[in-house]
Amino acid sequence: MITELFPLDEFIINALIAGSMVAMAAGPLGCFLVWRRMAYFGDTISHSALMGVGLGFAFGSQNPFFVILACAFVSMVLLGLQRGNKFSMDTLLGILAHGALSVGLIVIALQEAVRQNMMYYLIGDILSVDQSGIFGVAFMMIVALGGLVLIWKPLLAITVHEDLARVEGVDVLKTKIIYMLLIAMLVAFAMKIIGVLLITSLMIIPAAAARIVSRNPVQMALFSMLIGVASVIMGVFASSIWDIPTGPSVVLSAIVIFLLGRLLPIGART
Amino acid sequence: MPKNSTPLLDLVKVSIAFGKRSILQEVSFSVGQGEIVTLIGPNGAGKSTVMKIALGLLEPDTGSARRARDIAIGYMPQKILIEDFLPLSVRDFLKLRAGTTDQDVEEILKLVRVGHIEDSPVQSVSGGEMQRVLMARALLGNPDLIVLDEPVQGVDIRGQQELYQLIERIRDRRGCGVLMISHDLHMVMSGTDKVICLNRHVCCSGSPDLVQKDPEYHALLGLPGEGLALYTHQHNHSHDLHGNVLADEDNTDHQPEESCDHDH
Repeated sequence: MITELFPLDEFIINALIAGSMVAMAAGPLGCFLVWRRMAYFGDTISHSALMGVGLGFAFGSQNPFFVILACAFVSMVLLGLQRGNKFSMDTLLGILAHGALSVGLIVIALQEAVRQNMMYYLIGDILSVDQSGIFGVAFMMIVALGGLVLIWKPLLAITVHEDLARVEGVDVLKTKIIYMLLIAMLVAFAMKIIGVLLITSLMIIPAAAARIVSRNPVQMALFSMLIGVASVIMGVFASSIWDIPTGPSVVLSAIVIFLLGRLLPIGART
Repeated sequence: MPKNSTPLLDLVKVSIAFGKRSILQEVSFSVGQGEIVTLIGPNGAGKSTVMKIALGLLEPDTGSARRARDIAIGYMPQKILIEDFLPLSVRDFLKLRAGTTDQDVEEILKLVRVGHIEDSPVQSVSGGEMQRVLMARALLGNPDLIVLDEPVQGVDIRGQQELYQLIERIRDRRGCGVLMISHDLHMVMSGTDKVICLNRHVCCSGSPDLVQKDPEYHALLGLPGEGLALYTHQHNHSHDLHGNVLADEDNTDHQPEESCDHDH
């Protein structure tokens, strides 16, 4: 069966390249979501992305800039609400996620052109990525990973204890804003590939799966990239073998790796 | 004590309210170089709030909190909860303070006597060991001012003495200022230069001897009659009779004639 797939069709190769690059950016960024207990933040941002798509179309443009803008706006609202310290992060994220989703759905419903492509934005279409799509994703990956390397130390310090980091001189607000913008950019470029419903899973699941084999934060970030790429490869092949939707099968592949990891008798658990 | 003219930390008439609830009213005190200042007070007295204002983490509604220019501050938070999904060794935790080398980590862990846990995951060390690790973090980078929020919480009695003595030694050696919250005046008595007794406002302050004799202190935290002797006595009882440590409240059942309970 595998032999029938070789030589690989171009669209499969493109899918593997683009998907792998998304996974490599999503893993390390997702590690911090897991460490900061902010898994739901990924959903909040991707729901905001849908709002960005709708607004972009309203202005007659498909530029990812609109998506980044919408995600960044919601992130800043979150930071503003957080300052009051009155509500739990969970609740705030829930309010923002569904607020953004509702705005997005309404804006989209008002426009015939986007409404017909709704499914495309929700679950993406990795098999339709072309050359220019790959360039876009490559650009995103380089900026995301480069940016993360730059804020790695302060972001980790904040993640462990925000007040302590602040007293020690870390610019907490700046670091958080940069991190949120990196996630916004990831979502904006990954949306066409994996869709807004599933992008969070590529941030969370490989990171969680990487935990069991990692002894320090850097290792976990690197393993999460590796596991993400493996999930993309497994998912793309599974999807072409059984003719099932690609995005969901990538996500299920990641979950299979996560579960296999849990079964490993490695004493890395704390 | 050596005391310079400009204090490291100077709080002047600091007041703050959360919503309508007033937390602090016109709290003033200062910490000078080489000075150990201890904040004591009952639960809800605003000790942690004062500390946050002192550190610049919280802005007071009125009044001011001034820190000397360009001083390095070491901070030991009360507790720290690290997600299990984060693989972090004690060494990695300490190196989160910018500019810390492996050698610094080794030395500072030896100083607080937990050199053996350098490679352990932070989530796996005991409560008492974690206190020492947190203290180590506060001592890194040669701070001019060390701020400690209940530094001996969860540490056994002997360890408590040891840690307080360590704080004193570091003050003596480095001449830094120390501000700490403590529950137990008697334990810190010998080392503290100034005690601030806090209950939303400064009830009384001064040398530990003076504060201990102050009626305001007794109304707030003291024991009926004398302080130190009876306190020690009471402590022995709860150990001797039951073989294990009991909460103070239980004593009334067994030792009514001692009236050894706090007069809350």
